[in-house]
Amino acid sequence: MKKTLTTTALGLLAALGLTTAAFAEIRIGASISATGPAAFLGDPEAKTLEMLVEEANAAGGINGEKIELVLYDDNGDPNKARTFATRLVEDDEVVAIIGGTTTGTSMSILSVAEDAEVPFVSLAGAIDIIQPVKPFTFKTPHTDRMACQKIFEDMKKRGFTKIGLISGTDGFGASMQAQCKSVVADYGIEIVADETYDPKDSDMTAQLTKVRNAAGIQAVLNPGFGQGPSIVTRNYKQLGIELPFYQSHGVASAGFIELAGAEAAEGVRLPGNALLIPELLADGDAQKPVVTAYKAAFETKTGTPVGTFGGYAHDGFLLVTDAIGRADSAEPQAIRDALETTKGLAGATGIYTMSAQDHLGLDLSAFRMLEIRGGKWTLVE
Amino acid sequence: MSELLQFLFSGVTVGAVYALVALGFTIIYNASDVVNFAQGEFVMLGGMITWFAHAAGLPLPLAALSAIVVTAALGVAMNKLMIEPARGAPVVSLIIITIGASIFIQGAAQLVFDKQIHSFPAFSGDAPIRVGGATILPQSLWVIGGALVVFAGLWVFFTRTLLGRAVLATSNNRLAAQLVGINTNFVMALSFAVSAGIGALAGVLATPITLVAYNVGIGFALKGFAGAMLGGMGNPKGALVGGFAIGLIEALTAGYLSSQYKDAAAFVVILAVLFFMPQGLFGRKSADRV
Repeated sequence: MKKTLTTTALGLLAALGLTTAAFAEIRIGASISATGPAAFLGDPEAKTLEMLVEEANAAGGINGEKIELVLYDDNGDPNKARTFATRLVEDDEVVAIIGGTTTGTSMSILSVAEDAEVPFVSLAGAIDIIQPVKPFTFKTPHTDRMACQKIFEDMKKRGFTKIGLISGTDGFGASMQAQCKSVVADYGIEIVADETYDPKDSDMTAQLTKVRNAAGIQAVLNPGFGQGPSIVTRNYKQLGIELPFYQSHGVASAGFIELAGAEAAEGVRLPGNALLIPELLADGDAQKPVVTAYKAAFETKTGTPVGTFGGYAHDGFLLVTDAIGRADSAEPQAIRDALETTKGLAGATGIYTMSAQDHLGLDLSAFRMLEIRGGKWTLVE
Repeated sequence: MSELLQFLFSGVTVGAVYALVALGFTIIYNASDVVNFAQGEFVMLGGMITWFAHAAGLPLPLAALSAIVVTAALGVAMNKLMIEPARGAPVVSLIIITIGASIFIQGAAQLVFDKQIHSFPAFSGDAPIRVGGATILPQSLWVIGGALVVFAGLWVFFTRTLLGRAVLATSNNRLAAQLVGINTNFVMALSFAVSAGIGALAGVLATPITLVAYNVGIGFALKGFAGAMLGGMGNPKGALVGGFAIGLIEALTAGYLSSQYKDAAAFVVILAVLFFMPQGLFGRKSADRV
């Protein structure tokens, strides 16, 4: 299961203890859920990391030193993730860990990384990973709460004060539903209908009928993930509901438009990131060159469309290599200090500016409010 | 009023899918007393193979047909490679084998196909049909029609044909069935082929509504199993009624009570029915074999 990108010969030399300064390498560890229930997240993440390491080494490495990626597949299992994290710090002696595809695996890895004092960049969503701030733990994806805030900001701008929620009962949907309810009052908005569905359900017209009939309702938000939101969107159209409809960042991918159907998805708004719309970004946009290059490289290499989750891995790798470059050292403590002083680093997800209090470093500007028009994304702002 | 009608439409749409899956359980159960937990995977295969064949350029009807044929062949292979070698093992062991088969098929599908969610166009378009202020999709009518046709076919098969009776005889007493000249190996292979074919048909009809991915099988199997148990395992009429009943209970609970209790309500009803009628609504009365 262990994959390294160096040649076998080099590996042999290392094993025999024959490496010299000329062969000095920066070892970066990763534990990703490339198979198992979170495979659709982890698979593009693993491919992205492998591709970026190859690219970086072809360009001469960091400060002249090659990078070696030690990549494990934790299968989405927190116990395996803990074992692999321990192996990464004890046997592989990596200087930093990227990974933790899911919140569960990230929590396992972070406890090991904190104990070993090795910097860890998580690719999972939950805010608990970085709040309270832990000295060695960072993360790249924006949080559910920020998605809720972005959506409510847009609703407020359009003058909506009474909205309905229809949420999936899976981890993503339930967590975002809770986060949205906790910030909704800040925007002077009231939730007048709050329905849920099982992610395996195949018809949500009953819930949507209830939502539609709530008194005074002006807009509907669907926090959810996977196939549920596509079915909700189709049912929304089937029932002929005219209210403005918002989806979450959980379905910000071309696949969503395809599954829901361009006709049903017409007019749906959702917070997405720059990676979805490289061609729509203004020429001066700091993220434009980053997302354009990553999208082209990933799609040529794998033949599959680029997605938000691969973008998280892209940013994780970028943060670590940028920190090593600025620190001019591959010591874990130095990398950590450099990570914390990351400033204005344009990634695929957003522009990162870390501080001692903020180990995520993104603000609401990382989200772009998108609207689907004629089967295509358009920028609202 | 239009609200109630919409809840009923929602229930019937979902219920028809459950009923189709439940019907798939009946044949293998009737032939061998085995509850085939890989039934949901047949549904998944029906949807996935159709999608890939369609994406590869086959017209939709041909893609659907090939999915049903391939899945039926896989059903026969599963019988040959997994169930037949364990003949003589207790029914519980065979059921556990089917769970293993389900995990295997799901893993293989993940490798052979992909991990994405797919769908193909509805057979008669997406324009909803309006009835009294409520709406239903034309594809739902296809699923309901499919469930009714399969039900009628199975009912005729088990009550009017010699082969159907041979299947029942095999389940009743394999040795006695052999003694009266029934080729029990053939009956088993046939029952797996037909069950898998019905499962694949369910997948073909339901995919435009439910969407398909490599991991949807278990969800289908559980709801279909619940429907079959409620109606009485082994009875096509029970499978049909049980499947629709669960769909309707879910939709009405979601509509009038709360969507949070939707699944719980369905299972409370199942528990209550099984408590008073352990054989389900239409199940055979069990007689101990001596």
